[in-house]
Amino acid sequence: MAEIPYIAAIEMAIHGEMERDDSVLYFGQNIATTENDKFLQAFGPDRVRVTPISETAEIGMAVGAALAGYRPVVELYMAEFMLVAMDQVVNEAPRFRYMTGGQVKVPLVLKAGYGFTAGWAGQHTGSLAALFMGWPGLKCVIPSTAADAKGLMATAIRDDNPVVFLHHYMLTLEHGDVPDGEHLVPFGKAEIRRAGKDVTIVATGWMVNRSLAAAEKLKAEGIDAEVIDPRSIAPLDLDTILKSVAKTRHVVLVDQAPRHASVSAVIAGDIVEHGFSSLKKPIVQVTGADTTIPYSEPLEAFVIPNEERIVAAVRKLLK
Amino acid sequence: MKELDNDRRVWIFNQMARIREFEERVKGTFEEHPGVIRGHTHLADGAEASIVGSLATLEPTDQLMTTYRCHGYPIVLGTDAGAMMAEIYGKKTGLCGGYGGSMHLTDVERGFLGTSGIVAQGIPQATGAAYAAQIRKQDQVVLCFFGDGASKQGAFSESLNLASLWKLPIVYVMENNNYNVVTRSDQEDANAAAGEPLAVKAKAFSMPGVTVDGGDPEAVYATVGEAVDRARGGDGPTLVESKVYRLSAHGNIIVPPGIPLHFPEHEAIEVFGNAAEYEAAKKGDPVPRYRAKLVQDGVLSAEQADEIMQSAKDEMQAAVDFGIESELPAPEDATKFVYA
Repeated sequence: MAEIPYIAAIEMAIHGEMERDDSVLYFGQNIATTENDKFLQAFGPDRVRVTPISETAEIGMAVGAALAGYRPVVELYMAEFMLVAMDQVVNEAPRFRYMTGGQVKVPLVLKAGYGFTAGWAGQHTGSLAALFMGWPGLKCVIPSTAADAKGLMATAIRDDNPVVFLHHYMLTLEHGDVPDGEHLVPFGKAEIRRAGKDVTIVATGWMVNRSLAAAEKLKAEGIDAEVIDPRSIAPLDLDTILKSVAKTRHVVLVDQAPRHASVSAVIAGDIVEHGFSSLKKPIVQVTGADTTIPYSEPLEAFVIPNEERIVAAVRKLLK
Repeated sequence: MKELDNDRRVWIFNQMARIREFEERVKGTFEEHPGVIRGHTHLADGAEASIVGSLATLEPTDQLMTTYRCHGYPIVLGTDAGAMMAEIYGKKTGLCGGYGGSMHLTDVERGFLGTSGIVAQGIPQATGAAYAAQIRKQDQVVLCFFGDGASKQGAFSESLNLASLWKLPIVYVMENNNYNVVTRSDQEDANAAAGEPLAVKAKAFSMPGVTVDGGDPEAVYATVGEAVDRARGGDGPTLVESKVYRLSAHGNIIVPPGIPLHFPEHEAIEVFGNAAEYEAAKKGDPVPRYRAKLVQDGVLSAEQADEIMQSAKDEMQAAVDFGIESELPAPEDATKFVYA
């Protein structure tokens, strides 16, 4: 166990999987540009390459290399950069196996940061996770801790399907205890970050931290909140969420994305369909405002869910 | 590149005849068995010489990826025509079990890694397969087939740049049939409008660009063969513009269910009212053209050529029968193959 930053944990997983399996490739923009690069030094230029700023080619080539037997990890930097190549992400990679009647598999990982709400203004700050739900064949994971960052990346690389790996930019340097050696976090298994009995809070990525902080504040008021981090949203561990809802009978969903583009909107629908009888009151969603993320700090802070808004939502729900 | 001996030339003609007959029977299915073919179907008639001449250059371990106009390639690779027809008919016995249909005839065992139904999106995928081939170091080459329309997509430019930069073992075969669905190339392509061949696009990526008569299988073989040798030798990709004339319309008519599907007239006639263009193209039809050449060269007698045509007819009749008689898939099988 070592205390290392979230981003280092991701690199550790890629490095470890490349050591373990020669078929793992790592390419993308602005990596391995000098011979001092540690991946290049360890694995050589066949398996580690810098690419032009050509997302369609990068992701399309990952699909082709995967069809031809390799396991590419594409460094995409920012989730928004996938938008210029969405056909490859959602309409090519996840469909090949199905359309060929199971003849092929497409094991690849698209690594992209998201949610950089630190003054990056409108086009590099989106919380796009929900965009990757609902594409059968595609998986999507969102680590909120350094340990999960390592474990989910390792699992993503070993998975035989295309996986969108979204790491939150605001967590980049957050330290956490990370297991040494092989560490795999299963997909489709939510983590209960804090057990509680009065209200279920479901959050992903950076919002997990804010929800945990809110839970601590609520504790002082005698409210015992349970905080659930789905970790993978495709597949989604609805069972853990529904069990919690059956226990607490109150739900607050926290998501950095705008309401109708949020993972929480999908989870809310699932809870209403499968856990309606557990609910004492309607589900409350604390989401990003329906705006583009603004540049200026007070404007930016206003549109993103924070501890106070989560606390207020829980208070109102339990009143 | 191996010299084409007479046996190989006869083989080429045989494959051309088989593609033509397969496509005739797909087209004929709309009348003979209305409702059996659903959705959108695209035929390779007119491109037989280009397809066979290109694939004749490959070694068994080489690979290819293509567009949705994909019926011709697997026929040459030796895929069972019955399984292909059954796929187009949506049957359980189909090449892809009925999951893919006409646009996705894939045969991985024979090196045919797949198709994309979205224009140009297979180009980076084939390029990725070529990257895989390069680092696997087993002297494999990848052929990437696409149409002239695809060359205006970013996927084309991005892929050719990378392939040239990394000297990937790939040959880009652009089948230029001069139409993007119903739009003529000179209406949408700057090179075409300027009267230049589309192969000049290669210049932007510092790779060779050559134009070849796609109606002549031996010319295609020589041109693609040189490019394949170059790729296999580690010298990188080539853009081959193979000029073909699509003898059928882009695809069958696009209508909601309830209206029987059929193939309309070619766009030259249907859209541009230029029957003369189409008639001239018919006169240059590559299948009778190559037959005449082989007979004239004394490689085939007229009777032998007739036998090849008849054999293709018999094979494709059997393919239709197999497809028609095959069962539809069980509905609940729709949930298979979503995840590996």
